[in-house]
Amino acid sequence: MTTRRLFSLAWKSLWLHRLRSLLTVLGIVFGVASVVAMLAIGEGASEEAQDQFRRLGTRNLLLASVKPPLSEEAGESASRVLRYGLLRKDLVGIRATIPGIRRAVARRDIPVQARFGEREIATVLMGTTAEYAEVANLRLLSGRFLMPSDDHAHKAVCVLGDAVARKLFRAVDPVGQEIRAGTDYFRVVGMLAERGEGTGGTAGLGGESDNAIFIPMGTMQERHGDNIRHVTSGSRSYENVQLHRITVEAASEDESSIAQVGGALRAFVESRHPKGDVRITVPQELIRQAKESKRIFTVVLACIAAISLLVGGIGIMNIMLATVVERTREIGVRRALGARRANIVSQFLAETVLLSVTGGLIGLAFGVLAPLAFTYLSGVRTVITPFSLGLAFSISALVGVVFGLYPAARAAGLDPVEALRRE
Amino acid sequence: MSAVAELCAATRIYPMGGTEVRALDGIDLRFEAGSYTAIMGASGSGKSTMLNILGCLDRLTTGRYLLGGRDVSVLDDDDLSAERNRRLGFVFQAYNLIPHLTVLENIEVPMEYAGVAPSQARERSVALASRMGLQGRFDHRPTELSGGQQQRVAIARSLANDPMVLLADEPTGNLDSRTGKEILAVLEELNTQGRTLIVVTHDAHVAAHADRTVVMLDGRIQRVEERA
Ligand SMILES: Nc1ncnc2c1ncn2[C@@H]1O[C@H](COP(=O)(O)OP(=O)(O)OP(=O)(O)O)[C@@H](O)[C@H]1O
Ligand SMILES: [Mg+2]
Repeated sequence: MTTRRLFSLAWKSLWLHRLRSLLTVLGIVFGVASVVAMLAIGEGASEEAQDQFRRLGTRNLLLASVKPPLSEEAGESASRVLRYGLLRKDLVGIRATIPGIRRAVARRDIPVQARFGEREIATVLMGTTAEYAEVANLRLLSGRFLMPSDDHAHKAVCVLGDAVARKLFRAVDPVGQEIRAGTDYFRVVGMLAERGEGTGGTAGLGGESDNAIFIPMGTMQERHGDNIRHVTSGSRSYENVQLHRITVEAASEDESSIAQVGGALRAFVESRHPKGDVRITVPQELIRQAKESKRIFTVVLACIAAISLLVGGIGIMNIMLATVVERTREIGVRRALGARRANIVSQFLAETVLLSVTGGLIGLAFGVLAPLAFTYLSGVRTVITPFSLGLAFSISALVGVVFGLYPAARAAGLDPVEALRRE
Repeated sequence: MSAVAELCAATRIYPMGGTEVRALDGIDLRFEAGSYTAIMGASGSGKSTMLNILGCLDRLTTGRYLLGGRDVSVLDDDDLSAERNRRLGFVFQAYNLIPHLTVLENIEVPMEYAGVAPSQARERSVALASRMGLQGRFDHRPTELSGGQQQRVAIARSLANDPMVLLADEPTGNLDSRTGKEILAVLEELNTQGRTLIVVTHDAHVAAHADRTVVMLDGRIQRVEERA
C-alpha cells in the first residue's frame, strides 16, 4: 500500500470521528501554539534588549557617576554640597593609563528648564565634545553636531535631541533659532534623529539623547562651574559632580580585548572611587547576558513544551488505545484477509501521526497568529523564527510516532482468532 | 485428485487454568482439490477451531497441517498472512465487512495487501461485485445493505485474490432460509468452477449438497458421510 493511500485511509477514519479527533489533538494544538508563541515573545524581547545594548556601541565601555545613598558619613552634607562621581582627572588618567582604548569622551548632565517662545519643557543639558556623536552613535537629522572649535571658544551653541526639538518647535525649523536653557541662551546648530530609547534595559545606562540638549563641554564649564543646584520641595541642595559619563571606546571590538579593557577600567575605578560612586557598564557583556538569559529562557520553555506535548501525546495515545479496542473486529478481519502485522502497525501509526501533525499545523497557525496579535495590541516586539516553527512541528510529528507506536503494536499483536470473536 | 489441505494427527489444546480444553483431539482429514466438504456437529465440538486452523488463523498444538503440500507450522506470521491473503478466502457468519468502507473498498482490501495496483483492484472489484449481483450498490456502506447483500460482498471479497480454498463458517447462520439458499447456491457454483469449498454448518440441507459431510464430536471426527 502506498504511503499516500495509507494516509488517505487514515484521514477517512479520523474524519469519521471529527469531534473526537479534534478534541484529541487539542493538547498538541495548545502545546505547539504555546511553544511558537512563547519563543516568538522571548526572541522578540531578547532582540529588543540586544538592539538597545548594541545602540550603546559594541566597542564601548560606559562609566557613570552614581549618587551614593544618603548617609551620615557623607561629610559634605553639612555644607549641603554632595561631592561624588567621575572627575576630570579620571578622564585624563584613563586616556593616559588604560591600554587598548581608542578614545574616551566625557559628558556632564544638568537638569534645566528649556524655553522657546511660549513653550517650556524640563530637559537635560548635556555638556560634551564633538567625538560624542560618534561614540554614542548619534544620527543627525539636520544641521551639524558640536565641533572642537565650539568647545575651545566656549560658543553658545546647542544640538537638540529629537523629543526636545519636537516639543519646543512644532512647525518651525529649529536650526538657527535661539533657545533658553536654564539662564542662558543657545543657538541651535543641529538636531538629532530619533533614537528610540524605549523604556527597556538601557534607560539611564548612557547614550540617551532624545530628551537632551547638547552643548560644548567648555561652555558648560564656564556657565555652570562644578556645582549643580537641585531644588527639592523648598530646600535647595548642591551636588558637586565634575562628569556624569565617560564613554570609553576600545580599539578593537573583539570580546577578549573588550574584556581586557573592562578589567583595566574596573581596577582603575576601584582604586580611584572605592566608595562605589562610579558604575561601569559594558554593552557587549550585557548583550552576552541577554543571549545567555534567552538561552535559559529557551531551555525552560523547551521543558514546558516537552511537558505539554507529553500530555498531548498521552491524550492521543489514550484515544488510540480506545480506538484499537473499538476496532478489534476490524483488525481481526484485516488479518484474516492477509494483513501482516506491519500493515496493522502502519495503519494505526498513520492515524496517530496524522492526528498529531494536523494538531501541530493548527497549533502552528495559532502560534503564529498569537504573537502577531500580541504585537498589534501591545506594541511589544515578537520575532517568529523558522527554527521555532521547525522545532514545534517536528516535535509534534515525533509525538505522533512515539505515542502511536504502543497502540499500533497492541493492535498488531492481537490474535486474529480472538479479534474476530470480539464484538 | 491431490490434497489441497491435509490434517495429520492434528490437535489444538487450550490450557484452561489447571485443566485443558482439547478443541481438536487427533484429527486426520484430507481435502481434495475442488472438493466440497460440509462440517457439522454439536456446538463446541471444534468446527470453528478446525476452520481457523485450515484458514491459517490459528496454529496446531501438535500434529501437522499441510496446505498445498507445504507444512505451515514452519511458516512465520508474515508467511501465514500471505497464505491467507493469496490462497484462502473467508466467509463469516457475521459478514465482517469493514463498516466505514464502501462495497468496492471492502472487496479491494485483500488486493491492497497483495500489492495490486489501485486501478487494477478497482477493475476487479467492480467485476466481482457485478458477478455477485451487487450492481447499483458499489458505493454503499455495509449498513445500507441487507444481510444477503452483505454476505455477497463478503463472498466477492473472499474471491479478490482468486484463492484455491474457500472457508465459510456458518455463512447462512444470520440469514433467512431463502436468502441462505441463495448464498449457498453462490458458494456451490464457485465450487463447481473448481474451488475447494469447506463449509461449517448446522443446516442439513447444506450437507445434502456437499461431496461429504464430516461430523465432529468433542474435538474428534465422529463420522464422515460420503455422498453417493
Ligand atoms: N480461546 C479459547 N480458549 C479456551 N477454549 C476455547 C477457545 N476457543 C475455543 N475454545 C473451546 O474449544 C471448543 C471448540 O470450540 P469451537 O468454537 O471450535 O466450537 P464450534 O464447534 O465452532 O461451536 P459452535 O457451533 O457453537 O460455533 C469449545 O469447547 C470451546 O469452549
Ligand atoms: Mg463455531
